Amino acid sequence: MNLRVANHVRDIPRSGIRDFFEVVQTMDDVISLGIGEPDFATPWHIREAAIFALEKGRTGYTSNLGLPGLRRSISDYVHKKFGLRYEPLSEILVSVGVSEAIDLALRALLNPGDEVLYHEPCYVSYAPSITLAGGVARAIETHAEDAFSLRVDALKKAVTPRTKVLMLNFPTNPTGATMTAAQWEEIAAVCVRHDLIVLTDEIYSELTFDGGTHSTIATCPGMKERTVFLHGLSKAFAMTGWRIGYACAPAPLIEAMMKIHQYAILCAPIMGQDAAIEALERGEESVATMRREYERRRNFIVGALRDMGLECLKPKGSFYVFPKIHSSGLVSKEFSLRLLQEHKVAVVPGTAFGPSGEGHVRCSFATGLDQIKIAMERMAAFVGQNQIT
Amino acid sequence: MMRVLMDAIIDLLQQNALMPRADMARLLDMELAEVESAIAKLEAEGIVLGYQAIINREKWDTEKVTAIIEVKITPERDGGFDRIAARIAKFEEVQSCYLVSGGYDLLIIVEAANLRNAAAFVAQKLSTIGAVQATATHFRLKTYKENGAFHQLDSAPERLPVSP
Ligand SMILES: Cc1ncc(COP(=O)(O)O)c(C=O)c1O
Repeated sequence: MNLRVANHVRDIPRSGIRDFFEVVQTMDDVISLGIGEPDFATPWHIREAAIFALEKGRTGYTSNLGLPGLRRSISDYVHKKFGLRYEPLSEILVSVGVSEAIDLALRALLNPGDEVLYHEPCYVSYAPSITLAGGVARAIETHAEDAFSLRVDALKKAVTPRTKVLMLNFPTNPTGATMTAAQWEEIAAVCVRHDLIVLTDEIYSELTFDGGTHSTIATCPGMKERTVFLHGLSKAFAMTGWRIGYACAPAPLIEAMMKIHQYAILCAPIMGQDAAIEALERGEESVATMRREYERRRNFIVGALRDMGLECLKPKGSFYVFPKIHSSGLVSKEFSLRLLQEHKVAVVPGTAFGPSGEGHVRCSFATGLDQIKIAMERMAAFVGQNQIT
Repeated sequence: MMRVLMDAIIDLLQQNALMPRADMARLLDMELAEVESAIAKLEAEGIVLGYQAIINREKWDTEKVTAIIEVKITPERDGGFDRIAARIAKFEEVQSCYLVSGGYDLLIIVEAANLRNAAAFVAQKLSTIGAVQATATHFRLKTYKENGAFHQLDSAPERLPVSP
């Protein structure tokens, strides 16, 4: 039988992360710095609230857009944290993670052939999601020299008459890059001039370090009406498995996204939604505790990487560092594979996040300090053996 | 030194007082010498009073008993509760002694080699102090959590070894 998979699906390359995952899975005693989720379990008060909701028998469907109470909590939270006001009844959609919200937004917006710009290295799902939604994915490279921020001249150069959407993710997975309010003003002006719609994935926004405040493009003049603000509970609240994210956008766009969501998904799971209310209403302390822990580990891992002679920016957000590995004379993939096979430390080759990730690897510090310490010792030994002089 | 750094050092000491000072320095982006002198200062000023191990009594010295004792006392005209509390606290058996609000005045935690010794302490030492009006003794049966440490450890949640 010829299983005739659709061309546009067949043509999507396998994920580099998946390839790597399969190698790691066959090995024992590996310390993994390749994990893109918190090592903390969801804070107990959130789990406990979810158990309570389950005990009360809250096990059914919810309205398509999500529990009204959760949408109110999201509205308040986004107002308090980001200074943005969204109407709970018409401008907020609760999704199965930010992942689904990205897919919904792209599918709701793109006509075949519309171009979508995104900065790279970036989260692995962006380019495939754009392609699957019928769009044309166009990467804008970011560089270590600019601390991987998005340069306005690079954006201007990339815009064409076919460009409809710009996707953003700051703090960035995998580089930990952040943007300042001043940088956003410039980017926003280009978006307004070229009438671009912006999808901004804010999933790491709470994990901003050094007492810095996160700033979002959505608050720039002329932006809210052209922005889909995407956020979720996976990272900041350590709730990856609950699968709750949300989109905030002008009502007509939410309405369009809802059409897809209601037929494809129906609604996000109620258990996760009940837990999310507790998290957003009373989770601030827990987030602060985890952020403090990540910040300390970041200091530790950046110090250790620099000590072994690797160039490494100190990320202002996320839980990733993206050191340069040029001094080893190896390309990202070879570096990662040999580090894994010879020293049992898993890092993710930079190229998994797009070709411009070459020459880098991603190390996650969402792992306990004990493990990070051992991983750094092993990695130092490996780097010491592979020095081009 | 900045208050936030002192707070951070105290936080790390409370999490694990044995953490190598070089690791602390690295975590807080400080010089080793700075961390060492900060800790020396905390100790010298009596802010850090000591470091202790948390022992699981179900695994070691299982005969030892812990009693949590509520003590009602008559405050003295010139010393209030302090003098009498200090007197009680000086007994070697008393591990902790707190003045508390509510239906009684002092809450004391007593460790003794066995049940008989604990009973003897209450009957012969504590109750015989003039200002002590009444005591109520609760013996610890099982410990679930102590100074932030759980006696039964949850295994770490499983995660995929590599994820995007
Ligand atoms: C940038 C980015 N966006 C979205 C996601 C997916 O998040 P969610 O769990 O909300 O689907 C991730 C997860 O790694 C991410 O790094």
